[in-house]
Amino acid sequence: MTAPLTILGLESSCDDTAAAVVRHAEGAAPGILSNVVWGQTDLHAAFGGVVPEIAARAHTEKLDYCIEQALAEAHLSLRDIDAIAVTAGPGLIGGVLAGVMCAKGLAAATGKPLIGVNHLAGHALTPRLTDGLSFPYLMLLVSGGHCQFLTVHAPDRFTRLGGTIDDSPGEAFDKIAKLLGLPQPGGPAVEVQAKSGDSGRFALPRPLLDRPGCDLSFSGLKTAVLRTRDDLVSEKGGMTKQDRADLCASFQTAVADVLAEKSRRALASLSAEPLTAFAVAGGVAANQTIRYALRDVADEANIRFIAPPLELCTDNAAMIAWAGIERFRLGLTDDLTLAARPRWPLDEASAPMLGHGKRGAKA
Amino acid sequence: MADPLVGRFQFLSEDDTRRFAEALAPSLRAGDLILLSGGLGAGKSFFARALIQKRLRSSGLAEDVPSPTFTLVQTYDDGAAEIWHCDLYRLGDASEIAELGLDDAFETAICLVEWPDRLDEDVQAGALRLEFGTTGRPNERLVTARSSDPRWKRLLRDLQADLTHE
Repeated sequence: MTAPLTILGLESSCDDTAAAVVRHAEGAAPGILSNVVWGQTDLHAAFGGVVPEIAARAHTEKLDYCIEQALAEAHLSLRDIDAIAVTAGPGLIGGVLAGVMCAKGLAAATGKPLIGVNHLAGHALTPRLTDGLSFPYLMLLVSGGHCQFLTVHAPDRFTRLGGTIDDSPGEAFDKIAKLLGLPQPGGPAVEVQAKSGDSGRFALPRPLLDRPGCDLSFSGLKTAVLRTRDDLVSEKGGMTKQDRADLCASFQTAVADVLAEKSRRALASLSAEPLTAFAVAGGVAANQTIRYALRDVADEANIRFIAPPLELCTDNAAMIAWAGIERFRLGLTDDLTLAARPRWPLDEASAPMLGHGKRGAKA
Repeated sequence: MADPLVGRFQFLSEDDTRRFAEALAPSLRAGDLILLSGGLGAGKSFFARALIQKRLRSSGLAEDVPSPTFTLVQTYDDGAAEIWHCDLYRLGDASEIAELGLDDAFETAICLVEWPDRLDEDVQAGALRLEFGTTGRPNERLVTARSSDPRWKRLLRDLQADLTHE
């Protein structure tokens, strides 16, 4: 048996800053020795929404703290680490830069190998960390910043089947909350309201279900909620709490319906592949209505359904450390020329998603 | 004081909005700044996406144009110019404009900025301001265009003539 690998992972591409240590010996289950996240979700601006940390300097300070904490909780020092993995994109430029610079500094100072990881690959490989899943499997990544279907073939090989052509579902939840005067983050706030609402009261659209394929759209749904709100207000001078709950429930069901139907199509299109599971990741997968709808789709297709625990579903560094372990085993390391890539599609071969502005002209 | 009015448009459908964005796209050049205002769901992103995709398509390129809300900035390169699509909705304070590299981009790229009220006044000088308003009808939009730069007035006048003759 080969010696276990211990990798420090750094993640600062989104609103959170995080560091984690993951250890894995081939043939055994991987262990998350520490998983530290410095969240931003407590800092909400008056206008709604999470204010991202834009300054690279601030990310750097938080990274230092997170790394210290992650090593302390793992009872390790940098000497015990075999390699340093870092999110090199996609994401907010300042954060990605800070992470990559920090990892390069650590690699240069310690002489340890450096591994650049795609943030989306981190999410996509998480079911292998949590459930030891084998390739290939279908992954739905559904979060504040992303929404896409991927077939995961290998640690470095993904095929994108489709994705959102405009807003992500997480963004739609945040904006709906804002439109309805609910607190941020919008996902949990809308879900709580929806519990006491009637999801059948308002007929909201199911965008793109009329078109083949796995692309999704959520911008029009947002506009439809806005219109329904305005109609209610002009009809009776305002909205009751019940109106709001009903609208939240109707919206949540529309999102769940769309995600479920597109998942059904994605699974159908892959019926010839020996898929091991249908896995979801991303903060939106924490929504119970959506989670159950997706699980039902997996049950219908008679395929295993995997949703990692919430702390590994949302942005974290354990997934980056794990993706680092997978890449390291394939000999995929980087040198100090590793560049930060704010835009970095996971599957660069697949055709881009076509928005409303693009019709027909794309070959 | 508000900038002079340089155009007023009524779009009855998303197709109308797209035609306007696509007609404006080829006239833009590096250093142009378009400020897009209006509430959530008013069509700012729809307009920006249509414009960016038109420019990319004209250069034989195709790329996703995702919402910039989470990353604040999405950049594109159509070969003739860089295009920066920005959403300042989540910006904490104006000092972060420089951190994002936006102050440089205003000089060197075509910039489409949503929620531009976070920008300093002097940065906004000469920009084309498009204010998106909704009406009682679902996809109808009223767009008011303002600018202190007479170039935009000429450009939008020609564009309006072209759109009505189509």
